[in-house]
Amino acid sequence: MSIEIKNVAKRFGGFVALDDVSVSIPSGQLTALLGPSGGGKSTLLRIIAGLERADSGRVEIEGLDATDLPPQKRNVGFVFQHYAAFKHLSVHRNVAFGLEIRKRPKAEIRSRVEELLALVHLEQFADRLPSQLSGGQRQRMALARALAVQPTVLLLDEPFGALDAKVRKELREWLRRLHDEVHVTTVFVTHDQEEALEVADEIVVINEGRVEQIGSPDDLYDQPANDFVMRFLGPVTQLGDRLVRPHDLQIHTGAPDPADVTGRITRITRIGFEIRAEITTSDQIVTVTLTRNEFLSLNVEAGSTVQVRVAPQIHAGSATGNRSEILRAT
Amino acid sequence: MAESTAPRVRTGRRPSTYLLRLIVTGYLVLLVAWPVFLVGRNAFADGTTDIQAILDDPDIVHALQLTVLVAIIAVVINTVFGVGISILLVRYTFPGRRLLNALLDVPLSVSPIVVGLALVLVYGGRTGWFGPTLQNAGIQIIFATPGIVLATVFVALPLVIREVVPVLEEVGDEQEQAARSLGANAIQTFRRITLPAIKWGVIYGVVLSLARSLGEFGAVKVVSGNVLGQTRTATLVVEEKYLNFDRGGAYATAFLLALVAVACIIVVSVIRPKDQR
Repeated sequence: MSIEIKNVAKRFGGFVALDDVSVSIPSGQLTALLGPSGGGKSTLLRIIAGLERADSGRVEIEGLDATDLPPQKRNVGFVFQHYAAFKHLSVHRNVAFGLEIRKRPKAEIRSRVEELLALVHLEQFADRLPSQLSGGQRQRMALARALAVQPTVLLLDEPFGALDAKVRKELREWLRRLHDEVHVTTVFVTHDQEEALEVADEIVVINEGRVEQIGSPDDLYDQPANDFVMRFLGPVTQLGDRLVRPHDLQIHTGAPDPADVTGRITRITRIGFEIRAEITTSDQIVTVTLTRNEFLSLNVEAGSTVQVRVAPQIHAGSATGNRSEILRAT
Repeated sequence: MAESTAPRVRTGRRPSTYLLRLIVTGYLVLLVAWPVFLVGRNAFADGTTDIQAILDDPDIVHALQLTVLVAIIAVVINTVFGVGISILLVRYTFPGRRLLNALLDVPLSVSPIVVGLALVLVYGGRTGWFGPTLQNAGIQIIFATPGIVLATVFVALPLVIREVVPVLEEVGDEQEQAARSLGANAIQTFRRITLPAIKWGVIYGVVLSLARSLGEFGAVKVVSGNVLGQTRTATLVVEEKYLNFDRGGAYATAFLLALVAVACIIVVSVIRPKDQR
């Protein structure tokens, strides 16, 4: 295990940011800390980096107790949401910063910086100032700067949060590919479940200062430990007293089966290839999503009466089982 | 600022715009530019003879040198402490922070003459609270150069801080955190990251402090003792000459004082890059 967090707690005044959190983060993998804003995930990352001190608990990095080490002695690379570019230094000098601090020979610094700038595709921007770069370019520079010192772990705090949707998507694919090349243990914080599911090897779901679940993206999506995780990782709807994903529901117009619920289609929304149907049953409104082809083959329209059921072999949480989780998530 | 939000304002080189400009310009000319200009004109009323006379008088040259020396020492002290206090105020939270912040405005709000009297009460050689102790150790503060420096430091204290604090707040601490995570210690972070980021705030604060320190009169008058050739500063020379009906000498000295201060401010506004505060 590369990063070992044991019983870490942190308060800011009366606000509990982390409440007795213990997590093991595996070496060489890309781990996401996922959760809603204010849930404590950034605080945990900053405690790992030494930018924040835990009130209690221990942090170990590669077997070394780092709890009392200042940030400059932890050998971690940190990437900030708003880049934290050194505004008065050129891109080259930004990336060289950590190496200059370590007093490496000039020639070595130059070749290492050139290598890194090539890795993040910024070779031709070496002499520019950060203010002359786009947001995505600045963040790639910040990543190169963090990687320059060959950190034991690379920590990214909402690294794509300040970028627009398209650049964000490009950069997250790029980060995944970069990680496949560089293999440094990487932890990134995000509140975007799609980003976590797409990029991470392992996801730690954090909410209200506690770890809700740890697992691979598939585990979390298919076997959520509780309703909070289920709701946070994707869309949900309620059928009877069961919490299910809208795309795990099936509708048909045949004769009702005992397991089926009868309802009337009250609204049809089309989002690209996806059709979202709202079906009003006797006591609730159920959302079902299906592909355009599935929908067309059903030959229904708003006002049609249909049967709804959960597709076989699908996990469904009990909506009544854990009321507080549901109230909190909604 | 308003231009970008309301097109009405952008197109509006209307009579009211010109009227406003006229009022502001007229106000500034009558209050600042014209009087200062008149000092200059009076200084050269008899050609350069007045200036020449001043520069030939060893006591006045001494006074000018003393003023410059005191101003430089005061600026150095105020810059070092000012940057330190600014960092303390912006980057740390501690009990009494708001009180400290309020206290820093005292030198600007209290009359300099009160500052002078207060310093005499504390450091006065015979009756001061702390003065006799220092006197016995052979250190004279009041009626000597250290007293003049102290008074000047006091009155110019907030100028660097008030320039640097907003810049520090605007820059934020993320760059510093990034530097720390890249292995820089506190001193390296300050020298390589913080200082370049607040450079222009510091320079502007230094210039304002310098101008203020050169021109300090009230507090210095109380603590200096005003001994010719020893503790008389340039501003005291101006008063002395003016009261002795040596108008030419007074204006010439005043002109030299104003020249240095105005020159500092102009130089900085010219070289300061437009996009930086």
